Amino acid sequence: MQGAFSEHVRALEAVGARTRLVRTIDDLDSLDGIVLPGGESTTMAMLMERAGMLDSVREAIRGGLATLATCAGMILLARDITDGMPGQHGLGLLDISVRRNGYGRQVDSFEAPLHIDGLNGKTFPGVFIRAPLVERTGDVHVMANYDGHPVAVRHGRIVALGFHPELSGDLRLHREFVRLANTGANQ
Amino acid sequence: MAERNGSSNGNEGVKGSFKVKAGLAQMLKGGVIMDVVTPEHARIAQEAGACAVMALERVPADIRKEGGVARMSDPELIKSIMAAVTIPVMAKCRIGHFVEAQILEALGIDYIDESEVLTPADEENHIDKHPFKVPFVCGCRDLGEATRRIAEGAAMIRTKGEAGTGNVVEAVRHARAVNAGIRKLKGMNHAELVHEAKLTGAPVEVLVECQKLGRLPVVNFAAGGIATPADAALMMQLGVDGVFVGSGIFKAEDPLKRAKAIVAATTYFDKPEVLAEVSANLGKAMHGLEIPAIPKDELLAARGW
Repeated sequence: MQGAFSEHVRALEAVGARTRLVRTIDDLDSLDGIVLPGGESTTMAMLMERAGMLDSVREAIRGGLATLATCAGMILLARDITDGMPGQHGLGLLDISVRRNGYGRQVDSFEAPLHIDGLNGKTFPGVFIRAPLVERTGDVHVMANYDGHPVAVRHGRIVALGFHPELSGDLRLHREFVRLANTGANQ
Repeated sequence: MAERNGSSNGNEGVKGSFKVKAGLAQMLKGGVIMDVVTPEHARIAQEAGACAVMALERVPADIRKEGGVARMSDPELIKSIMAAVTIPVMAKCRIGHFVEAQILEALGIDYIDESEVLTPADEENHIDKHPFKVPFVCGCRDLGEATRRIAEGAAMIRTKGEAGTGNVVEAVRHARAVNAGIRKLKGMNHAELVHEAKLTGAPVEVLVECQKLGRLPVVNFAAGGIATPADAALMMQLGVDGVFVGSGIFKAEDPLKRAKAIVAATTYFDKPEVLAEVSANLGKAMHGLEIPAIPKDELLAARGW
């Protein structure tokens, strides 16, 4: 709808996936996985609502559609959002609380290496841009922490990240996501 | 792109690197950035679906009408707009006025527009944007100008168009000029690129990158004269990543409705049936200006070097 979708497309195609931009309900048809990209979460939620897509996306993800959510996408999935726009609502599918821009404004955006559970070898380059701060986690598996707060969580077939793997040049998380989408698809 | 700036402080990671500066612009793609002059405007813009707002004292149409020296806005106004919304807030400083830029950075603004809409403070030099943690967007009329700004550290580019006119013709000219400049690089060998750099005043290393990518190495928005949903979609179909709308919204009869329509037109820019629907019953658009009717010394796009 809005945001860094072409960067995800490039990363997913580099690891062998076929992609489609989702802007209408019809675009959701027969997907193996969906990416909720970084962007402005208020804008993305409003556009989804106006296109009548919030319910169908929620249903698809609840029904087991593999989901990779980055930054604003993580905010869209979160059950509770603080410091959002009044009346901002999202999908509410992930048992976490996030604070919008919890690390500060743009001048506080940063890069930091991360140790991510399940990724062997070297650290992952974390690119944080006006990132959400995860303040509470419930029924989710925390895959990585930074500075005492979770920055990557997983629940079932949902992976939500506070940072931007699509800007990092490191394809490992996209490769893992494609593997996740391929296993158990059409089950 | 080389990392020429960014500061590290222990486990806080590296702040203000070029990657995070250009990265915010990547998050704005497919979106509309709206000029606002009050917190109330900012809230309307956010409600309409703007991905960011530009905090100003006067929209370009009024700057054009009133004349005089146009400067950075009052920090108090900027702060009140920052407090009113959760989306990123941008503000303008004069070309070459690096102290206005320092002040905006100190306010914690999310993006600085080094803008020809304000009266230039330096008629030779733009700001050296590399040392700043806050990212900059700059205007351009062609590939040479775009690449010079990128070499100075701009993390986002926009067409200049002709601000405050409600006339999209100049934005189209500038977007096409950038596209044509990039197309021309295709197939050139390095010697030819160096010659092209000489002809256009473009830095060679940025041209090399444009050739490799087949586009500018940073996000490129359209600005200057966009007044209708069709204008926004036209610019998107010409290949820009998103649009700025200045006077076009709050100088129109029904700002919220028009703002929502322009947001929808930017998302569904290639779907004429959606454009037809959102373009209907918007009320009066802003009054437009013919470019030849503007005295040459009042053309804003000519500012910048």
